[in-house]
This record gives sequence, structure tokens and C-alpha cells, in this order.
Amino acid sequence: LQFLNWLEMADEALFQFLHSEIIQYVNSAEPGESENGRCVSKLENMGFRVGQGLIERFTKDTPRFKDELDVMKFICKDFWTSVFKKQIDNLRTNHQGIYVLQDNKFHLLTQLSAGKQYLEHAPKFLAFTCGLVRGALSNLGVKSIVTAEVSVMPACKEQILCKNIKS
Amino acid sequence: MSRQSNRATDSKKMNSELFTLTYGALVTQLCKDYENDEEVNKQLDKIKFTSHVVLHRFFQEGCAAGKITNKMGYNIGVRLIEDFLARSSVGRCHDFRETADVIAKVAFKMYLGITPSVTNWSPAGDEFSLILESNPLVDFVELPDNHSNLVYSSLLCGVLRGALEMVQMAVDVRFAQDTLRGDSVTEIRMKFIKRIEENLPAGDE
Repeated sequence: LQFLNWLEMADEALFQFLHSEIIQYVNSAEPGESENGRCVSKLENMGFRVGQGLIERFTKDTPRFKDELDVMKFICKDFWTSVFKKQIDNLRTNHQGIYVLQDNKFHLLTQLSAGKQYLEHAPKFLAFTCGLVRGALSNLGVKSIVTAEVSVMPACKEQILCKNIKS
Repeated sequence: MSRQSNRATDSKKMNSELFTLTYGALVTQLCKDYENDEEVNKQLDKIKFTSHVVLHRFFQEGCAAGKITNKMGYNIGVRLIEDFLARSSVGRCHDFRETADVIAKVAFKMYLGITPSVTNWSPAGDEFSLILESNPLVDFVELPDNHSNLVYSSLLCGVLRGALEMVQMAVDVRFAQDTLRGDSVTEIRMKFIKRIEENLPAGDE
């Protein structure tokens, strides 16, 4: 059982390293401070494609969700656990299409050192995940805008805002 | 109850797909970025390679994206080896045969959930093949039409190269057969080049 846990964590490490390399690549392909937005958007789009792909295969046999809140709970529990090995710590909503998901220990940020100078790089480390959530929601029939921010480092609290776009 | 267990197995599967799908998204992005050849050459000049053998082959193939993913793979491998040694508590390998077994039976299993077979040893014992039933990185990725499948292979080659360099082994890693090209199996060929001397501080003797 111990070995099985190790195997699961190994998946995590491999993805973490790949994620980090991708950020480096996108960063180097778009040199200059002013290109930060382009980096973030590239990373977000990649995440979107992956999020769609993950959900496509996952929910083939799962019964449909009751409502939007049910979808968000799925993201917070099943989806987040599959991808990040833990659940979302806190979910809040205004019941009018805005959801705030909070992860108190977002592991993709743990590589960034504490300190103000790294906060400017944090958006790049969040972009892929935002895309991931947006892609997953998209395939579940929810069109959204997903943004994230880091509240406290090194606690790496990450807040994700899902705004359901009504067509 | 059965609904719950379906979700659990799906969860596990989904996680192993995360890496593969992410890699696929990266390759798609790279192919987009390097559609223009002139841009390619400019970018390539910025990238340092440690193995001139690999570089030569990529120039022949003419695939820039493959060079990039090989370099990324190398960077990943350099960090992954520490992670691997910490998790597996495998001791130092005494020879290349032992290395081959550890790679196939422990490392591949741990990170990709598969166990390739080790075959086709050269008479000198410095070269072997890892045979995989399929290419673990491309289970459900569609290959863009005009791009070499070398791009998909090269990340894995880079990872192995980088990881082994950190344990003082210079190796050449390449795909000999690839299911993407229509071969029946995927074959990774690994050749031992030389032992890398550890750098000792001056005056240590």
C-alpha cells in the first residue's frame, strides 16, 4: 500500500517538472516584460485543451449533473483530486454564477520561493490550471471565465474565480 | 457503491492522462511555433545541447520541435533522477545491465505505469533496447499531418539522457521503432558512451 502511494506521488512529480519546463519554454519564446500577457494566454490555452481532454474521458459513463452547483462540486472534489491529489479546501458562491475555489496548498506554486519578486511570476504558474478548469467546465456544458490569484505565499493559497457566462 | 468505485478508477486513470495530454498540448504548441523555418534556426542557436550525437540526428531529421522537447526532456531528467532516487531507494548500479533493469522495471513503472522489456543486447554489453507495446506518450494524441513523430519521442529520450548524466553516465538514446510510424512496437535504443568523471575540487588527492 505504501508503494502504491509512492507511485501516485510519482505521477505528480513528473507532471510538476513538465509544467515547469513548459513555463520556461513559453517564457523564453516571448522575451520581454511586456509579453507576460502573451505567455499567460498561451499557457491558459494549453491548459484548456488538456482540461477538455481529461473530462472527455472521465465522464463518459458518469450520470449527468443536476445543476451548475453539482458541476462545481465535481470540479472541487473528483476533478481536483484526480489532478492535484487533494480536494479544493473551500468553495463559495453567490448563487448567481460566481464561484470561488480555494486551494490552501497549491502544489504547482510550491516551487516559487516566498518573496515579493516572485509574485510577478505567479500568474504564469496559475495560467495552465485556470485553463484546465475552464476546459473541464466547457466540456461539462459550462462556459466560464476562470481567473486565479495567489493570496498568501508560501502558503500558496490559490483562489479560482469561475464566472458562468450566460449566452 | 459501484458508482463510487468507477469514479475512483477513473480518477487514477485521469491523473495518468494528465501528463500525456499536457505533453500533447506542448507538442501542438511547438509545432505551431516552429512552422516557419527561419524562426526555427534563430531559436535553435539559443539552445545548448550536451550530446552532439543527438543534435546531429535532429539536424538530419530537420525537426526543430523535436530538438526543443529533447532539451526539455533533458531538463526534466536532471531533476527527475533525484526524485527517483529518493522514492525508490535503489543503490548505485554496478553495470549497464543493472541500469537497464532499474530503468525498465522500476523507473518506467513508477512514472508511466508500464514495464518495457529489455532485449537486443549488443555483444559488448553497451547497448540495449527497451520494447514497449505502444508509445506511452501518445495514446490519445493525434499527430499533426506534416510533422515528424520524432517530436513525440524526443522528450522521453531527453529524460533518460538527462537522468543518467546525473549519475555519471553519458548515453545516447533514440527511438528505433515507433508505433506512430506503423511499427508493431515502440523500441527505445540506449547506448552507453562513457562514464562521466565526477569533478573533484582541486587538491583533494
